[in-house]
Amino acid sequence: MATTASVALKGRKPRGILPGFGLTLGYTMLYLCLLVLIPLCAVFIRSLSGGWGHFWEVVTAPRVLASLRLSFGASLIAASINVLFGLIVSWVLVRYTFPFKRFIDAMVDLPFALPTAVAGIALTALYAPNGWIGARLAPLGISVAFTPLGIVVALTFIGLPFVVRTLQPVLEELDKEVEQAAASLGASAVQAFCRVIFPALWPALLTGFALAFARAVGEYGSVIFIAGNMPMRSEIAPLLIVGKLEQYDYAGATAIAVVMLVLSFALMFGINALQNWASTRHGER
Amino acid sequence: MGRLLLIVTALLFLGLFLVLPLLAVFAQALAKGFGAYYIAISQPMAWAAVKLTLLVAGIAVPLNLIFGVAAAWAVAKFDFRGKSALITLIDLPFAVSPVIAGMIFILVFGTHGWFGGFLRAHHIRVVFAVPGIVLATIFVTFPFIARELIPVMQAQGKDDEETALSLGATGWQTFWRVTLPNIRWGLLYGVLLCNARAMGEFGAVSVVSGHIRGVTNTMPLHVEILYNEYNYTAAFAVASLLALLALLTLAGKSILEWRQPELRHAARRPRDRTRRVNT
Repeated sequence: MATTASVALKGRKPRGILPGFGLTLGYTMLYLCLLVLIPLCAVFIRSLSGGWGHFWEVVTAPRVLASLRLSFGASLIAASINVLFGLIVSWVLVRYTFPFKRFIDAMVDLPFALPTAVAGIALTALYAPNGWIGARLAPLGISVAFTPLGIVVALTFIGLPFVVRTLQPVLEELDKEVEQAAASLGASAVQAFCRVIFPALWPALLTGFALAFARAVGEYGSVIFIAGNMPMRSEIAPLLIVGKLEQYDYAGATAIAVVMLVLSFALMFGINALQNWASTRHGER
Repeated sequence: MGRLLLIVTALLFLGLFLVLPLLAVFAQALAKGFGAYYIAISQPMAWAAVKLTLLVAGIAVPLNLIFGVAAAWAVAKFDFRGKSALITLIDLPFAVSPVIAGMIFILVFGTHGWFGGFLRAHHIRVVFAVPGIVLATIFVTFPFIARELIPVMQAQGKDDEETALSLGATGWQTFWRVTLPNIRWGLLYGVLLCNARAMGEFGAVSVVSGHIRGVTNTMPLHVEILYNEYNYTAAFAVASLLALLALLTLAGKSILEWRQPELRHAARRPRDRTRRVNT
């Protein structure tokens, strides 16, 4: 009741004395529509240019299904690796002091700043059979470059900062005293983590996971160099879109794009809802 | 003991995934000595790529800067219906694969696109030309500045501006003399991140560029061409310039975060409105 009343009041209240509301909001909407919304609509409209039957035929073709399975599967594995190591990295960066900590902390953002093509050729050079790491793995019978494993490596690199940067602020706010209280009451380190720390962290962990996953699904530049790009085996969905575009198969390219966009947007709204829920929960405590 | 184990694990993971790839770029670039490196980066095609990259970032970043300031002003200083929907829409390009970001402009401006006939009749090339690269770059870097500025402006509130206006300043004077100095570090932070992505974008630009040497090749695309020609030293030489740009970006980012600690996680938690007390 109280909220409805305040909303109604807000509606009647003058906007204040600051100028420029119409200009800035109008420009924002215009720019957003021209550069983002209208071009994005083109994808949905073009994907149905061949009719529903054709759309369905394209997205259920074995090669398309294999590429979607690979893109989403590899992203899932990479995001999981990032959750595990991202938790360790952010914990270490927040709780402990050690030499060059500031430098290492700044380096975590490297995957944001390094162009994806550069990351792609660097990882390929490292994991190729004659590379620094690849040459050591080859005698063990493990090949990373030009296999799906290489895709996971590239996607892990790309997603690394998302988990760390989502967890850090939450860990910084987490009270050390709570753990100390748990320890003084006889909880082991593992018990303290599972019962005290993890419940406070999991919304941030899930958000970081979802952000890393969403980024990985669409990733192109870092993957195509290391993937080998064999149809049915190591061909990611974005590459298939590029292939179809080069053959002027717009209906096919847009059909795959629609599947990816719908899944990505659903994920994004999920992340937003999760963050809203977590922040209200945090506020109530 | 547990503490040491965690630190070592974290450092090994970061070393393996961050430091080694970075070292590999410079090691490969200098594998044949400084002479070969210098020859590789002084090729005319490499310079054409550098110039195009600077041109594209020089157009895309200022346009997104103007948009970012306008969007942040509207969102942070006023209450209106659909505000959170607008913020979500601004973030939308982050959820779009770079390849799809390039494709949408082919669908609109390509030969078989919505405006294809019109553009051909007037001899205007957008796709497979510089304008298409600029459009794709604007799309992928669209949210960067806006999402840094919105939390900064929200935290600052509107008391300073209202004071300036009540003392007789015009709207523009208020903006230039009061708002802009208040948000300058946040602005610079957003520009830095936006620029790094604009200069390094690969997927979206690759789709719209048409890969025409010396004409539509940005630096990341030039790296790909050299790499696919097995010209590894030259590919890594150009890549090392981009890696240096990335390191400079990280250094600049750290300096700004040290000056303004609240920038650090600002964009990650837009709903924490820590109100600054105005003095």
